[in-house]
Amino acid sequence: MDLKEKLVSSFLAFENKGGLDLDSKVHSIRLNAIQNFENEGFPTKKDEEWKYTSLRPLLKHDFSLFPSNEKAIEFKKVKEYLINDIESYTLIFIDGVFSSYLSSTTHEDCDVCVLSSALTRPKYKMVVDNYFNTIAKNNNSLAELNTAFTKEGAFINIPKNTIVQKPIQILNFSTGNEKEVILQPRNLVIVGENSHVQIIERHQNLSKNTTLTNSVTEIFVHKRAIVDYYKIQNDTDNSSLIDSTFVSQKQQSVASVSTFSFGGNITRNNLEFYHEGEHITSNLNGISILNEKQHVDNHTLVNHKFPNCESHELYKGIYADKSVGVFNGKVIVQQEAQKTNAFQQNNNILIDDGATINAKPQLEIFADDVKCSHGCTIGQLDESALFYMQSRGIPKKEAKALLLFAFGNDVVEKIKIPQLKTRITKLIAKNLGVNLGFEL
Amino acid sequence: MLSIKNLHANINDKEILKGINLEIKAGEVHAIMGPNGSGKSTLSAVIAGKEEYEVTEGSVILNGEDLADFAPEERAHKGVFLSFQYPVEIPGVTVTNFIKTAINETRKGQGLKELPAKEMLKLIREKADLLEIDRKFLSRSLNEGFSGGEKKRNEIFQMAMLEPKLAILDETDSGLDIDALKVVANGVNKLKSKDNAVLVITHYQRLLDYIVPDFVHVLHNGRIVKSGGKELALELEEKGYDWLK
Repeated sequence: MDLKEKLVSSFLAFENKGGLDLDSKVHSIRLNAIQNFENEGFPTKKDEEWKYTSLRPLLKHDFSLFPSNEKAIEFKKVKEYLINDIESYTLIFIDGVFSSYLSSTTHEDCDVCVLSSALTRPKYKMVVDNYFNTIAKNNNSLAELNTAFTKEGAFINIPKNTIVQKPIQILNFSTGNEKEVILQPRNLVIVGENSHVQIIERHQNLSKNTTLTNSVTEIFVHKRAIVDYYKIQNDTDNSSLIDSTFVSQKQQSVASVSTFSFGGNITRNNLEFYHEGEHITSNLNGISILNEKQHVDNHTLVNHKFPNCESHELYKGIYADKSVGVFNGKVIVQQEAQKTNAFQQNNNILIDDGATINAKPQLEIFADDVKCSHGCTIGQLDESALFYMQSRGIPKKEAKALLLFAFGNDVVEKIKIPQLKTRITKLIAKNLGVNLGFEL
Repeated sequence: MLSIKNLHANINDKEILKGINLEIKAGEVHAIMGPNGSGKSTLSAVIAGKEEYEVTEGSVILNGEDLADFAPEERAHKGVFLSFQYPVEIPGVTVTNFIKTAINETRKGQGLKELPAKEMLKLIREKADLLEIDRKFLSRSLNEGFSGGEKKRNEIFQMAMLEPKLAILDETDSGLDIDALKVVANGVNKLKSKDNAVLVITHYQRLLDYIVPDFVHVLHNGRIVKSGGKELALELEEKGYDWLK
């Protein structure tokens, strides 16, 4: 039985075992989703959107769909994966199950809790009615799969006029209880008018066993709200991640998603922005620093539907050994979206001959009074800059690292949480194999 | 201190240096002058160890040690400093962070411990003052958007920090107005001592009014065709290079 069949045939058992309410609207959403997944199946390389990323090697695994019971994990084991020099709310999931013991939630000024309660409690009826699965259902069979098996994840609900003072950290750990496991976290973020929130998300495998995470996040940003969302992808080399993140923005809102990809086996990021008003700003930033056989595919979409909006996209990649990068940046400017400013930049450095980058900017512009630009560069390290640094006593390895640091710096500079910036800087230094003895 | 013997060097199989002989003793200032294309910048790059150049014959000896087998950074650790004609821009790395890295890597190379942060800061301030460098300048990205004068001043600032034994100034006067030239020259003069040496490479005599050489050499077509005292520079200024060919 292949993975698709296994998933489809487990669906009934999933709903029954999970004690899920079969009369609810969520149930019909799930049912619909599993049917869509059954019709579409997993994407293959024949699919234009998956031309450079094959899931085939992943789908051969005999994944456990329902990891066995939660293993008790001590805080000290997961501490290093948190940004712990800052006060924050934390939502920690162990093998897909929420750990209230390790987490720090709130219901005071805002809701920072779990999706399972949002989907079942009458108090949160509006969640299912107005938000859940309203933007995630677009023609993406992996998102459908996640929807079908939606059970747990982060639920962040910020009422209007609320500045959330502490960042929120979402961490998904897998413990390796099963040899091969598939996890499907589902996050929902609602940010009310004039509110502001910062979120850091991370997936981490604590064992050497194989993990495939198929994660979906829906983010709703209301009028004039600001959201900064950071994704740290530095997992072990037997962990793969398919991340689909959908952002819906109302007028004058600002949403930024930054993706830092340093690790993992196969990583696919689908990041989609939908505009529902004027004067919206969308920021998409990313750095990939890869080596060995790592594969990171950044697929982005910004859909400009209203006038006077802007999007800024900056993705950088550093590829060593036989690593593979994919950048596919699609920008649609619809006919009504006059005075759109859409900028896209993708810069790559190939360090070794075996490394690959597939870069594909895709602009579809139907309005005539817009400013749109895109630029892709692929290059090597500047030899004259290396010689300059060497002549000042800096060995070649350190000089290279410093140049690569500098190359990625404009993405790092956009991080608004200082402690996170320090952490990312350290991760980059570690990835480049140097200790530069200072923070840029 | 520096002894260059019958030095031949190629780039892309084209011979640029065709047998250079030069002796520089500690405490001396030498100037190499010559028209464009005579090999001046090649000579400085070869001493600093740029890999694109292939030394086909002869040797460069620093304090009794043949530099041939050493990488550029190892030469720097041994006390060679090259001030670039066109300093490279490195966006994202501040002047301060760059010099900290350079100092500490050099100290590591010399078997010394890293300089404590406090002392580093003190040293940076002291040397910045020497070259009349604004503190704000130190937190800018290295050479990015710097004027010609700022770039050169920054080169001499790094030289002041690294305290080399042999400083090679490659066309340091180009792109400088007279005030900047004075500041730069003044900085070099203050760093001069009986234990170090300076090799000034220049097209024009102008810089030599401020950094007065003990010896002047004329480079033409990959060879030193004439050597003399500082008065030779004035003669070149007056007559040009044609009479030497």
